[in-house]
Amino acid sequence: MEYKNEMTLRFNSLSVNEGFARAAVAGFCVQLNPTLDEITDIKTAVSEAVTNCVVHAYPKSLGQIEIWVGVSDQTVVVKVRDWGVGIKDIKRAREPFFTTKPSEERAGMGFTVMESFMDNVVVSSKDSGVEIVMTKRLEGKKAMLNRG
Amino acid sequence: MQINSHMFQDTLYLSIQGELDEHSASYARENMDRLLEEGFFKQVIIDLSELEFMDSTGIGVMIGRYKKMKEKNIPIFISNPSTHADKIFKMTAMYQIMPKIN
Repeated sequence: MEYKNEMTLRFNSLSVNEGFARAAVAGFCVQLNPTLDEITDIKTAVSEAVTNCVVHAYPKSLGQIEIWVGVSDQTVVVKVRDWGVGIKDIKRAREPFFTTKPSEERAGMGFTVMESFMDNVVVSSKDSGVEIVMTKRLEGKKAMLNRG
Repeated sequence: MQINSHMFQDTLYLSIQGELDEHSASYARENMDRLLEEGFFKQVIIDLSELEFMDSTGIGVMIGRYKKMKEKNIPIFISNPSTHADKIFKMTAMYQIMPKIN
């Protein structure tokens, strides 16, 4: 797919950066004239993906998280990448209520939320780390469609 | 992130303000537990009208508080969730354990 506009963010795996990451991605998506609900859906999905990196990818150390966003017409693609420990069983990790850290009061709903709020979520565990690619088509505010 | 509380008759009212995510979860957990451990009340109503953002980490925090109150047979109810919070609560079947009230 060809993108009209792209951006990349790279930051430390600190939970304080979650608010920054979701706000930055939301701000970038504003050019597509999304509705408030669509923006909140994207913010929540980004928050889930970044939380996974902070909590699971780098459990005992500090690492890097990279977010790439591409927009084309009315579609947003968000890639969230880490270089952490990876996911052993992706199928299991995506099951609702499954968590590897039940003692920490974790809901195990991160992937379920991403899947519900985005149209498509692809997870791949690589040699080093995980990449999540999420796609969402925005209906946006029809009357004000971006014709740039 | 801020949590306010007040007691009226036999109900403890909690209000969660701001953004509830991984970063604010431990603050929310500690402060809610402190408020839930003191005083005498028969039910808890959590007001979410000023909750600006929540993700599944917030659901984990809620489930944790529910379990603690369940041991004492004290029910928790949710009031005034935003459209966004409502979506997450429904998706995670949270209203089955913490019913929504008006």
